[in-house]
Amino acid sequence: MASTDIEVPQQAPPLPEIDNQVSEDAAESTFAEVDDRERAIPAIEFRDVHLAFDDREVLNGLSFKVMKGETKIILGGSGCGKSTTIKLVLGLLKPDSGQILVDGEDITYYTEVEMMRVRKKIGMIFQEGALFDSLSVYDNVAFRLHEQGVPEEEVEPEVRRMLRFVNLEDAIDKMPIELSGGMRRRVGIARALVGDPKIVMFDEPTAGLDPPTARTICELAMKLRDLEDVSSIFVTHEMNNLHYLSSEYAVVNDAGDVVFEKEGERLCLINTKVLMLRDGQSIFHGTDEALQKAEDPYIQKFLRGH
Amino acid sequence: MNIATRVLLELQETTLLAARAARGLFKRPRYIPETIAQMDAIGVGSLTIIILTGFFTGAVLTLQTYPTLKYYGAQQTTGYLVALSLIRELGPVLSALMVTGRVGSAISAELGSMNVSQQIDAMRALGTDPVRKLVTPRIIALFITLPLLTVVADVVGIFGGWAVAAGLYGMFSDEFFNSVRDGITTDDIVGGIIKPMVFALIIGTIACYKGLNTEGGTVGVGRSTTRSVVTASIVVIIADFFLARALQYILNMPT
Repeated sequence: MASTDIEVPQQAPPLPEIDNQVSEDAAESTFAEVDDRERAIPAIEFRDVHLAFDDREVLNGLSFKVMKGETKIILGGSGCGKSTTIKLVLGLLKPDSGQILVDGEDITYYTEVEMMRVRKKIGMIFQEGALFDSLSVYDNVAFRLHEQGVPEEEVEPEVRRMLRFVNLEDAIDKMPIELSGGMRRRVGIARALVGDPKIVMFDEPTAGLDPPTARTICELAMKLRDLEDVSSIFVTHEMNNLHYLSSEYAVVNDAGDVVFEKEGERLCLINTKVLMLRDGQSIFHGTDEALQKAEDPYIQKFLRGH
Repeated sequence: MNIATRVLLELQETTLLAARAARGLFKRPRYIPETIAQMDAIGVGSLTIIILTGFFTGAVLTLQTYPTLKYYGAQQTTGYLVALSLIRELGPVLSALMVTGRVGSAISAELGSMNVSQQIDAMRALGTDPVRKLVTPRIIALFITLPLLTVVADVVGIFGGWAVAAGLYGMFSDEFFNSVRDGITTDDIVGGIIKPMVFALIIGTIACYKGLNTEGGTVGVGRSTTRSVVTASIVVIIADFFLARALQYILNMPT
């Protein structure tokens, strides 16, 4: 335990290279300096994480960082450890070795009680939504607030605000069983976003959805990234998700509506990186463009499907 | 892993779950509305089957024992025999088995499907301990309602016995109830209430443990439900013997 304490950056680390390259004026006007140092600590960091279920190695020395405000798309075939990675961040599983840091805090050996505090910072969207069948949409979204004993008059506006964010305010009194797959996913997103977590995990949020519904889910992820400054891990194996998230960004137009613009229409940096996993190891990390050019035959096969 | 290791491991895990559930009692938030809802589902919901089981058990006891007692000329003790069997053994054990079948299976299936549809993970991700939210209220509800259900089964059973004795064999009602009153001691009743408390802990813990450890989709839910009912029933019957012996010792019953 002692050795882990040393490696955690207790003091704010030096500013990263990238900030120095931006013109001084821009950097000063965009962030205060304290904010800047804060931002240099990764939201999520994995250091040489190993995990095996019985004899099967699921993660085999995985290391990566998700910076503040960044969306990390994790690609990979089924069973390569994508969902496991997300569960490790939440402490739903514990690694065999290695370290996991959330906001610079080493959570690797946290007990369930200590994890509860960390989980408050993290929103998690499960594959099928994982809504509580016995509770209405309202109670599902309000779950976290009800558990914290927040008075009902504060709960309702928050629940409505979240349901408006996912465009489902009409469904507030329905039961999960009455919802379509896409609606369940969106309620799951609303539930995860209560309390405005700064870190959000998406576990294959578009699996099994029709293309327009999948697109709305991706738009929600882009809104979180570009308008709410949320750091996220987006696990998927669908290439159109990757395309949307790495080529478009959300802005608020003059009329106050959220619109999505293509890369290139305006100067911007889309804060999205791709991490590709294979057999529990990282085989690629970088931008979408670099991924398209990668020569690894497995990556090419994954991208083109043959 | 050989079978002995597996049994020991399950015993350890189940005990740990019970300990965690017990710790949930002393910390906030306390899930009182959940506990009351469970008491309604488990207690009130099981009343019909408990009344039916109790009544016909008492009835068949009289039906079978009266002729034998009459052969020895001891038919006036029928009420005593029926009440004693019910209060000491059949009431607690049959109620526990009925509740295992009805409630234990439901708990395992519910928690099991919540587990395979990731609802348990979602609950943990939202910062709520599923043991305190789901397990503690169920075990507490069983702990409170199973002794009450047992008392209902005992009383209805005695009336069932009386119905057969009076209706079929023409016994006087006074004779039947006097032998009940004279024969039964406070110790019998205390023992008959301690037993279902222990059974409630056994049923609740095993059902929740099997439910929370469900793996392998809907097939897994079926499997864990079956295992929970089978395991809980067997453990209840085995525990009944040792409890009976322990109660004989503690309450200084004549052996």
